[in-house]
Amino acid sequence: MAGSIPASATADGAPVPAAAAAQRPLVSPWAEAWRRFRKHRLAVVSAVILAFIILAVLFGPFIWTVPINEIDFRARLQGPSWDHPLGTDDLGQDLLARMLYGGRISLAVGFAAMLVAVLIGTTVGAVAGIASGPVDAALMWVTDLFLSLPELPLLLLVIYLFREPLRALVGPEMGIFILIVAVIGGFRWMPVARLVRAQFFSLREKEFVEAARALGASTPRLVVRHILPNALGPVIVAATIDIAAAIIAESTLSFLGLGFPPDVPTWGRLLYDAKDQLDYAPHWALFPGLAIFLTVLTINFVGDGLRDALDPRRVV
Amino acid sequence: MTEDQLRELIGRVRRGTLSRRGFIRRMAAVGFTAPMCTQLLALYGISPAAAQSVPPYRPTRRGGGQLKILYWQAPTLLNPHFATGTKDQDASRVFYEPLAGWAADGTLHPILAAEIPSIDNKGLAEDGRSVTWKLKRGVKWHDGQEFTADDVVFNWEYARNPAVAAVTSGSYRDINVVKVDDYTVRVEFPRPTPFWADAFVAATGQLIPKHLFKDYAGANSRDAPTNLRPVGTGAYRFVSFAAGDTVRAEANPNYHLPNRPFFDQVEIKGGGDAVSAARAVLQTGDFDFAWNLQVDDETLRRLEAAGRGRVNIVEGGNIEHIQLNATDPNREVDGERSHISTQHPAFRDPAVRQAMALLLDRQSIQEFIYGRTGPATPNFLNAPPRFRSPNMRMEFNVDRANQILDQAGWARGRDGIRQKDGVRLRFVFQTSVNAPRQRTQQIYQQAARRAGIEIEIKSVVASVFFSSDVANPDTYGKFYADMQMYTTTMPQADPGRFMNQFVSWEIAQKANNWSGRNIVRWRNEEYDRIYREAEQELDPVKRAALFIRMNDLVVGSNHIIPVVQRPLVSGSAVNLRPVLSGWDTTLWLLSDWYRET
Repeated sequence: MAGSIPASATADGAPVPAAAAAQRPLVSPWAEAWRRFRKHRLAVVSAVILAFIILAVLFGPFIWTVPINEIDFRARLQGPSWDHPLGTDDLGQDLLARMLYGGRISLAVGFAAMLVAVLIGTTVGAVAGIASGPVDAALMWVTDLFLSLPELPLLLLVIYLFREPLRALVGPEMGIFILIVAVIGGFRWMPVARLVRAQFFSLREKEFVEAARALGASTPRLVVRHILPNALGPVIVAATIDIAAAIIAESTLSFLGLGFPPDVPTWGRLLYDAKDQLDYAPHWALFPGLAIFLTVLTINFVGDGLRDALDPRRVV
Repeated sequence: MTEDQLRELIGRVRRGTLSRRGFIRRMAAVGFTAPMCTQLLALYGISPAAAQSVPPYRPTRRGGGQLKILYWQAPTLLNPHFATGTKDQDASRVFYEPLAGWAADGTLHPILAAEIPSIDNKGLAEDGRSVTWKLKRGVKWHDGQEFTADDVVFNWEYARNPAVAAVTSGSYRDINVVKVDDYTVRVEFPRPTPFWADAFVAATGQLIPKHLFKDYAGANSRDAPTNLRPVGTGAYRFVSFAAGDTVRAEANPNYHLPNRPFFDQVEIKGGGDAVSAARAVLQTGDFDFAWNLQVDDETLRRLEAAGRGRVNIVEGGNIEHIQLNATDPNREVDGERSHISTQHPAFRDPAVRQAMALLLDRQSIQEFIYGRTGPATPNFLNAPPRFRSPNMRMEFNVDRANQILDQAGWARGRDGIRQKDGVRLRFVFQTSVNAPRQRTQQIYQQAARRAGIEIEIKSVVASVFFSSDVANPDTYGKFYADMQMYTTTMPQADPGRFMNQFVSWEIAQKANNWSGRNIVRWRNEEYDRIYREAEQELDPVKRAALFIRMNDLVVGSNHIIPVVQRPLVSGSAVNLRPVLSGWDTTLWLLSDWYRET
């Protein structure tokens, strides 16, 4: 473990020779992770593309200020041009503006759902892993129960039950956002919980944990300070996969006409609207499809790279 | 055209100084053709010349191979008296036949009747209280039994029996049917009836055999094996049926018309969606005919360009329209929203409703969304043309809408949305999930935004929206929204039943499980009175005037905003010669279909 061995301090406090320092530069755990991550070429390229997509949807609408719902019948179903870099849909609405706006929602859904899943999963996994015994058994039953619930039908049920009250509370877009995030997040935490629990089981028997316990560290301190940081590697990887899954789930819902209201151009909705004109206005479906494809693919590669980088036992 | 002028014209036709065709042409000029026109002449004793309303049948022999028909909604049963929706009616029509059907020009075409009743042939009573049908002789059911007047009388008894629970009961409940002899029946009405050709005619008039159904004419009606294995008189006889999938039929060698049918086999395949159905006929040519192509015109044109098929557009009375809720969907009274005792906070102001009508850009919706498949219209009642009101106008004018709202005191708030006395002009606009409808919603939304009205778009899956599920809040019958849009169909060539959807006793509410037809919950005493008057009126001209007044009342209130007409659109292979009609089922004259070689 690169980070667990003090690189500079020695028992007698003798000054480190300058030559030695030059031979073995200071390496923090994060720098080491970054070094390992860089070696994964695809992950680096993916990270750049992903960063570009995120920056584009965050700041794009400030640069490309065409309204997303300006109907212009003279410019229907046009292919890419200087006026409309990604073309227009059948009402003459600018697709670039719609994609940038929709990307915000699709990405926000992805990241928010991932956060929910990781938070719940880590908590459940950590409690089960450290408590063991009946608490562990009960929590794992709950996990198995959730694993066996079908996601899509349940999502439909939840939307049907809670859409109206939430709409009244926070408005239609925010309401459906909360619902989708809650449901997707609420159904993706189980793998995370199992991962974390397994990590806890192995880590809590390690020497450094025993040492900390011998020094009188309380259980919460053991968990938060010593075990959890070492268990996070697989969690981060699982989280990236969850982002991709959430984006796809949102697209599925919009494609079924069940997600956001029809005038909110999420990437899935754009695809749904475009499907009937696929053969003569392919650009309309191509760009949102490409955006979903690229986002999901790059997130998966970044996750792959992170797994390599954060696994200290792996030699890169 | 005044009543006197019309009477004079009819007089000229009677004396023979004006041809029947010339009469219809003149009537068309003043908005007056279609089915009722023939009835009008029939009432005055002028019968149509035979077989001029249906295109001539050319083939001289049978053996035309297979005909493959695609229905993207599959038939689920084959008894016309239980047919839910046109898919079942059409599939039943392959095997069963009525006494007469409605041709595209609105004339009656005899099928199992020897002739169409008129005053001349003593079929039609002068007081409008009875009609006598003469049946064709020598017609045989597919199992060889003779078709007689007993079968006709049985269908009346069967359909009107509440234990049978037939969906066609409405056409048979209030009439009396008497067998005169083996080949003659008389239909008697309790009062003078202007629209006499309902029972035994067209979709609800398909006749089932007495000898196979007589043991199932009660509460056990649904158990009849013949419900799924039809034995009729039609040009094609039953081969196999898989509910929700395929109907197969073969030529009936003993059909009662010469040289017919043309095809050896007919296959009706169900499933898929409208776009893929259009593709299968127009582009790839996998099928010969596709029913009800609810596809935007742009797509149809492009598919048609492949040259394998063509699009048939037949005018009917179906109307896509927007409803502005007369009641308040956000207040609950006795556990029921949109309760009849409430008033919509914004739409109770006529100025708001007028502005909403001015904000609907119907021309663009026609031009850019529906094309040939949806002509814009200012009227709710468009067909038959003699019922079409000349008084309504459609206008798209954002400036005027703004002006009207300003004058009525609806001032723009800080966010640009107008409000007055704490009521904001913010409306939930629901419809079914359907691409052209979502497009229309967006066009309307944008125009409304320019006038300081915010429209929130909501789309509900069609199977939920059009369901009669009492537990579901999203159905069109409940109308728990400020506005909604859908198509009302007009299956009959007479507006009597069509226009009862705005009478006060039909209001949809909890008490009738939201099955009432007045979904917009609009009430008007004058409308109620005129409707009752029209039910009794025998004089066709006065009756038409009453229906025009009804249309003007409801459209003039702006609670109903007509969008586009929805003619029947189907696709057929280029060499197929289908006979279609907007006033009858799609397969109403399948016996006359043939393929040109």
